[in-house]
Amino acid sequence: MKGRVLIVDDDTALAEMLGIVLRGEGYEPTLCADGDQALPMFREHKPDLVLLDLMLPGTDGIDVCRAIRAESGVPIVMLTAKTDTIDVVVGLESGADDYVVKPFKPKELVARIRARLRRSEEPAPELLEIGDLVIDVAGHSVRRDGAPIALTPLEFDLLVALARKPWQVFTREVLLEQVWGYRHAADTRLVNVHVQRLRSKVERDPERPEVVVTVRGVGYKAGPA
Amino acid sequence: MLRRARTQVRRGWRRSIALWRRSLKLRVVTTTTASSLLAILLLGNVLVTQVRDGLLDDRRQASLAEASTGLRTAQEAFDSADRSEPGVFDTLVPDLVRQLARGGGSEGTKDVVLLQGPDINSPEAPLGRSSSGADITALDTLRPQVQARSAQLWTYAAVQRDSGRRVPVIVVGAPVQIPGIGAYELYYIFPLDKEQDTLGLVRRALLVGALALVVLLGGIAWLVTRQVVTPVRMAARIAERLSAGRLEERMRVRGEDDLARLAASFNRMATSLQRQIRQLEDLSRVQRRFVSDVSHELRTPLTTVRMAADVLHEARAGFDPSVERSAEILQAQLDRFESLLADLLEISRYDAGAALLEAEPTDIASVARHVVEAMEPLADRRGSVLALVSPPEGAVAEVDPRRIERVLRNLVVNAIEHGEGRPVTVLVAADDGAVAVAVRDRGVGLAASDVTMVFNRFWRADPARARTTGGTGLGLSIAMEDAHLHGGWLQAWGEPGDGCQFRLTLPRRQGTELDGSPIPLEPADSARRRRPVVRAGAPYQRVASTEDVGA
Repeated sequence: MKGRVLIVDDDTALAEMLGIVLRGEGYEPTLCADGDQALPMFREHKPDLVLLDLMLPGTDGIDVCRAIRAESGVPIVMLTAKTDTIDVVVGLESGADDYVVKPFKPKELVARIRARLRRSEEPAPELLEIGDLVIDVAGHSVRRDGAPIALTPLEFDLLVALARKPWQVFTREVLLEQVWGYRHAADTRLVNVHVQRLRSKVERDPERPEVVVTVRGVGYKAGPA
Repeated sequence: MLRRARTQVRRGWRRSIALWRRSLKLRVVTTTTASSLLAILLLGNVLVTQVRDGLLDDRRQASLAEASTGLRTAQEAFDSADRSEPGVFDTLVPDLVRQLARGGGSEGTKDVVLLQGPDINSPEAPLGRSSSGADITALDTLRPQVQARSAQLWTYAAVQRDSGRRVPVIVVGAPVQIPGIGAYELYYIFPLDKEQDTLGLVRRALLVGALALVVLLGGIAWLVTRQVVTPVRMAARIAERLSAGRLEERMRVRGEDDLARLAASFNRMATSLQRQIRQLEDLSRVQRRFVSDVSHELRTPLTTVRMAADVLHEARAGFDPSVERSAEILQAQLDRFESLLADLLEISRYDAGAALLEAEPTDIASVARHVVEAMEPLADRRGSVLALVSPPEGAVAEVDPRRIERVLRNLVVNAIEHGEGRPVTVLVAADDGAVAVAVRDRGVGLAASDVTMVFNRFWRADPARARTTGGTGLGLSIAMEDAHLHGGWLQAWGEPGDGCQFRLTLPRRQGTELDGSPIPLEPADSARRRRPVVRAGAPYQRVASTEDVGA
């Protein structure tokens, strides 16, 4: 089994089809048709990834996303029928790692899920420094002055990508490819939103970032160690 | 020099005409002033004439009365003179003249002249006398008549004063008999300088009054017009704002006069317009909302169907040939359905005004290169040669690269699709203000009447002709919206049998107005332009020759 996936979608036909496709890809899907049931089922099944439809009856998809994110860093991929800027940004800001716009091709979805679960391979022991932070890549932990900082796997990946090459300025496109696994140009708002989230956790003053520095007109780079 | 002055005068004249036509206030004030000036002049003239006549009448009557009295006095003096005394008249005449000139009721100086009649030839006859050396020339017109008619007569005349000033006078003359000697003539000369002074005073007063009155009337006209014009101008301003889309603008209604009524009905009109526009807007919003909702609602089932079809497609190797083919057709048509839905959503976003421009400095030449490279496989399949002509220094403009790439992709796909396997040329050019991309094919071409139709939604040149590459019919409409969003132009040129050219022109900086395109709309290698006819001053400029590269 490649991993457990919780599918939260009120459209049973779509949910079932998603289940068939994911099972065909070797994942172990669990279906949840009701937003109110999503959190109990999440706690019960402890999935490796959550596929979440943003438009849900009962609890809003955004709320479910926030609730799950509040107690876990598990990767969340949103399914959305809206590409309007505001909806996508709201979804990302409520904690989703990535999103797929309906109608999507099954391969596209599987690629997104695979990219988010890729980390399950055992990384080599490695210690990185960025700003005044110490990153233990294998132990999946970030510390400032010995105190641990909780990051989601995606935020961790983003930080590691920057920290591994502190001399390099990363464009948003390069980060999309390295962290999210996109092969071709995608939505650079993903990067913007997650850099903001990351900064809110690792910076002493998110208004004046020292760990993840913006290079105007180009992208981001790691701050001096 | 002269010519310049003349043009300046002409320009000034034209400007005044324009001002005259534009300003109601100016017109009203000018006509009021002019007409009141005319009326006052006429009235003043009448007044002055009346005053003059009145003054002169009084004076003439007094003069005539005094002259008659003087005549009687003289006649009595002559009659009662002691003729036995020699030379009695020689002393009597000067005394009498002096006495007459001093006496009488009328004020001021007057002259009395006693002259010998024409028949006097006696040596004893006393000489004529005049008081204070009066100017006798004033008598010239009256004298012959007095001599001829032997009666009291009068006339107006003028005398020269010592100061050189000519003064109007009344001259009254009558014959007087000196017994034993013959007929003399007694003349009174009454100066009218007092009357003239009075008349001058009246005239001056009238003139000053008239001028003041005209100025005052002009001012009043200005005030009155202002009262009328100000609300009218306000109405015009508000109407302009309304037409600019600020539908909530209203006029202020004050009082209950005609202007208030105008304002009130203007406001009613605006309200009714606003309501109707709102209704239309609501209707069209509902419609757009519907398209958008339908498209959204279709997405979830489409995703499910898509996935199901994909599963079938993956497994098609194990099916019957007919089922396998069905799975393929299902897959292909789902692709088409999906792009149609995507285009519908895109256009509904434009209709809802929700499309946002994320402009950044972009090299259009490199965007065009990407598109051409990506389209090469399609061109190969169709047997078309794709050529790109672009300036080596690039063509940078502030655009949304995603949208521009989509527009160019659309144009190139269209050109390949309709190019009948002949070469397709993509030409990029730039000037100071604009960047342009022209996509030229040499296919069946377009009728002139279709050139504007191609941008209509779901338009087809020939309804009977099937779509081959499965375009959605919305591509050019979306491209047009994309061009407009950038403040740019998307235009088509076509000639049946000579292919088409689509030209996208974009301003280099967002927010600037386009005033031309670096590429002519009609390609340089069109059949018409290849004919060796050169019109003088043709409005086209050849930027680059597509002939050398394209063929």
